[in-house]
Amino acid sequence: MAWDLDSDRPIFAQLAERIQIQIVSGHYPPGGKLPSVRELATVAAVNPNTMQKAFAELERSGLIITQRTNGRQVTEDTELIRRVKTMLAREHVRVFFSRMKELGYREEEVVSLCENIFEGKAVPEGDGSKASPEIDRGGENYERIN
Amino acid sequence: MNGLIEMVGLTKAYDARHVAVNNVTLTLPRGRIIGLLGPNGSGKTTLIKMLNGLLAPTSGSIRINGLPVGVETKAHVAYLPDRTYLAGNERISEILDYFCDFYADFSREKAINMLYSLNIDPGTRLKTLSKGTKEKVQLILVMSRNADLYILDEPIAGVDPAARDYILRTIINNYDPNATVLISTHLITDIEQVLDEVIFMRYGNLVLYTSVDNIREQHGKSVDAYFREVFAC
Repeated sequence: MAWDLDSDRPIFAQLAERIQIQIVSGHYPPGGKLPSVRELATVAAVNPNTMQKAFAELERSGLIITQRTNGRQVTEDTELIRRVKTMLAREHVRVFFSRMKELGYREEEVVSLCENIFEGKAVPEGDGSKASPEIDRGGENYERIN
Repeated sequence: MNGLIEMVGLTKAYDARHVAVNNVTLTLPRGRIIGLLGPNGSGKTTLIKMLNGLLAPTSGSIRINGLPVGVETKAHVAYLPDRTYLAGNERISEILDYFCDFYADFSREKAINMLYSLNIDPGTRLKTLSKGTKEKVQLILVMSRNADLYILDEPIAGVDPAARDYILRTIINNYDPNATVLISTHLITDIEQVLDEVIFMRYGNLVLYTSVDNIREQHGKSVDAYFREVFAC
């Protein structure tokens, strides 16, 4: 599957972000070997030079190390990976809070809403006594079709 | 090392009123996949035909690998024209023989592998194939050469989206840092992420030559969206 890319931002930056996520999430573990530029370019269906540029970007940040004989690997510096991960998580939270603010929520309301939702998730699915009308209708349709 | 293609003051005038390519000066490097974009009648195919020696420039010059266009440059340029030159009666295997004889850089093995991966039997006659499959066969013939320059005139227009993906992957897989691929197309969205750079042409003039990520960085939009803006009717 080709990677989904936004149409309004440089492609190399999006590729670098994507690989960065794969590193902090452990898909590519610390010290692990990375696919070659060509392999990854084929998977993502992007230009190999653009993928090369994304790798260069990650090398600059220290997440990726290039060894002349052994290709590219993820850094073994787990502290660095953890820092990047925290930074990305903070960014997600920041964006989330600003979107909620657009909806008119105050920070403490957002926090309590999060808590409610997580508690709600613990309830087994199908216990839909408070489910929205849309979901009910969906269920009826499903039964009728069968 | 200079550019792979050097065009200086390149002009083609069919007559005094019809200047198809107007004073284009442009150097294209090796190792790039470049989109040649422009509205209908902007001179893309005329430019391509001059690069292949099928049309002689009215004025100006082209050098490929430092040589003027001729027998020597044709040996290193793989060209997919906008319409076919193959007769329909031949079997694909016979066309492969023909390409083996004709081009020293043609790899029969590569062609056979690509044909099989698209489930095309080399024993079939070309005329029995659908329009899209014919186009795939022709692209395979072109991409099976080990050329310095691949010139593809509308390579994805007639094929379905799945085959389009296959073709784009083939272009990526064949990427060679010493070779350049020049692709003319209207289907910018489909091909945008495969391109390094784009050339915009209008009324025979060179409008723009820059990288895809430059356009995205400077204008905050895709090449496709930018094209629609520049060439809005």
